[in-house]
Amino acid sequence: MTEPVLRVQDLAVYFSSRTGSLLRREERVLRAVDGISFDLNPGETLGIVGESGSGKSTLARAILGLLSPNRGRVLWMGEDLTRLEAEPMRQKRKELQIVFQDPVASLNPRMTAGSIIAEPLWTFYPQMESLQVEERTRGMMKMVGLLPNQINRYPHEFSGGQCQRIGIARSLVLNPKLLICDEPVSALDVSIQAQIINLLRDLQKKLGLALIFVAHDLSIVRHISDRVMVMYMGRSMEVAEKTALYRRPLHPYSRALMKSVLIPDPVRAREVKQEVWLKGDMPSPFSPPRGCIFHSRCPYQVPRCQADVPALRRMENGNWVACHRAEELDLSI
Amino acid sequence: MKQTGLGHHFASRLLSLVPTLLMLITIAFFLIRVAPGGPFDTEKPLPQEIRANLDAKYHLDEPLLQQYFRYMGQIVTLDFGPSYQYKDWTVNELIASGFPASLAIGGTAMLLAFVMGTLIGVIAAIRQNTAVDYSIMGMAMMGISIPNFVVAPLLILVLAVYAGWLPAGGWEWSFRHMLLPVITLALPVIAYIARLTRGSMIEVLHSNYIRTARAKGLPERIVLGRHAMKPALLPVISYMGPATAGLITGSVVIERIYSIPGLGSYFVQGALNRDYTLVMGVVIFYGVIIILMNFIVDMLYAWLNPKIRFDEG
Repeated sequence: MTEPVLRVQDLAVYFSSRTGSLLRREERVLRAVDGISFDLNPGETLGIVGESGSGKSTLARAILGLLSPNRGRVLWMGEDLTRLEAEPMRQKRKELQIVFQDPVASLNPRMTAGSIIAEPLWTFYPQMESLQVEERTRGMMKMVGLLPNQINRYPHEFSGGQCQRIGIARSLVLNPKLLICDEPVSALDVSIQAQIINLLRDLQKKLGLALIFVAHDLSIVRHISDRVMVMYMGRSMEVAEKTALYRRPLHPYSRALMKSVLIPDPVRAREVKQEVWLKGDMPSPFSPPRGCIFHSRCPYQVPRCQADVPALRRMENGNWVACHRAEELDLSI
Repeated sequence: MKQTGLGHHFASRLLSLVPTLLMLITIAFFLIRVAPGGPFDTEKPLPQEIRANLDAKYHLDEPLLQQYFRYMGQIVTLDFGPSYQYKDWTVNELIASGFPASLAIGGTAMLLAFVMGTLIGVIAAIRQNTAVDYSIMGMAMMGISIPNFVVAPLLILVLAVYAGWLPAGGWEWSFRHMLLPVITLALPVIAYIARLTRGSMIEVLHSNYIRTARAKGLPERIVLGRHAMKPALLPVISYMGPATAGLITGSVVIERIYSIPGLGSYFVQGALNRDYTLVMGVVIFYGVIIILMNFIVDMLYAWLNPKIRFDEG
């Protein structure tokens, strides 16, 4: 087996918010990411899914050191990124890149597409000839499907999908080895989504990137991922190979998510009995349930679920799940 | 929408200044005439004949509308006429004598305020909610709230009278004479600009493209200098337009306290004496400077924000 390029171990990010009056200060802690672990192999795509507020984006940013984690390690090629000083971490950004969620807002409106894409080159290769930089920039634009003669246009002159292409070109200009896509298509039209997803998949194959793909759209994740991690309230519920997860999820929450995918055929949709799976809303993240974090909404809960926190453990088929009853439940779809 | 829109944009802006100015002059002209009293009203009334002579000399005996058109015809040649109170001085001469000192002090104060204000504003923003931030903002609040007629005497007492380092007043074209008035003028402006800069900088630093800039691996000084500074300066720039106009046309208080022969006192003297021509002169002068400053602000805005350049069709 190949050595994983990225190992995330027990990573946790807490946010604290102060409320109350001057005299009665209360500090509330939100565990946005609470003890996440996973490995990522070279050239592999890991999808991360979960409801809004489950900590997906926070996890993505913590891996890249855009947020500082409260606990845990991020081992990149064996080196712990969380312990790096600012300057060596900055150097690592040549290898670790990210595509952000809101494509338009993530581009500086005062810079041209060309300078946005070229800026990492200016920063890391200041001795590079300007002609060479421009050539590389135009090449990147062509690679992501933009016209190289749009190099002097400003972000507001592009559509959302084109802006995301600029974002992708910018993230790939330094030849990174890991690309994290933080909901790269959630702000785009469905037709554009497909274009961007296929672009990312093609680029990944061509460049041999390790890819982490964060999304709440399960069909997209299914399309692009090799393995998928299901997150709920900052914790990992299941990490499984794609086909296994979509056919026979091991965790009740995974099943609830899979069942929530809309079927684009009204006749079939009616045939599939509409089960009401998830009870109520996600509990307040400031006071998460004791025991299994999912038990308050789980249709299969037993008394044990309220007492013990289930560990993420390895099952026979090699997938990982955090549920006390994983062996006994048949959650096939 | 072509790139040539920029030149067109400013030509049309320049043209639209004419009606603004026209309106300003008209309103000011009639307003000062509505105020009771006149330039030659004194405690002891002048003899009838002399009064009639004076009125005839300055055309004050004509119907108001006729005077208005006479005045308009006169100022298109940039002649603001003689002052009624400062004998043997034309309004043009009065402005020319007072403006250089006011411009020098006000301009320097503005420059100082811009540099200092943005600098400490940025420092407060990147140290948000720390002791550094709180103390800067506390001092800024003090700078805004303490009036200049308190600051000026204090500075004179400490630096001029007790320490003896600087002259207590008077005017020469020297650094030593300008220092105290410049500081007095600049203090509240520094404070205000610092608060503006801090606020907008904090907002900009939370925007998505700043996160992108950090993810690119840019060093922090480039994140601040290249990506955050320009948008953070927008509110400062729009404040600075009118503020500069106010500063360089002089402050009565500062000029009185430091005995500077500036323009500021003419605003007050002209109005009190019903010195019609002088009032009109300084009002128009101030108006033109305000309009000019706003025009410069507009140009800076277009430079700072590419969207504006194209929006004008």
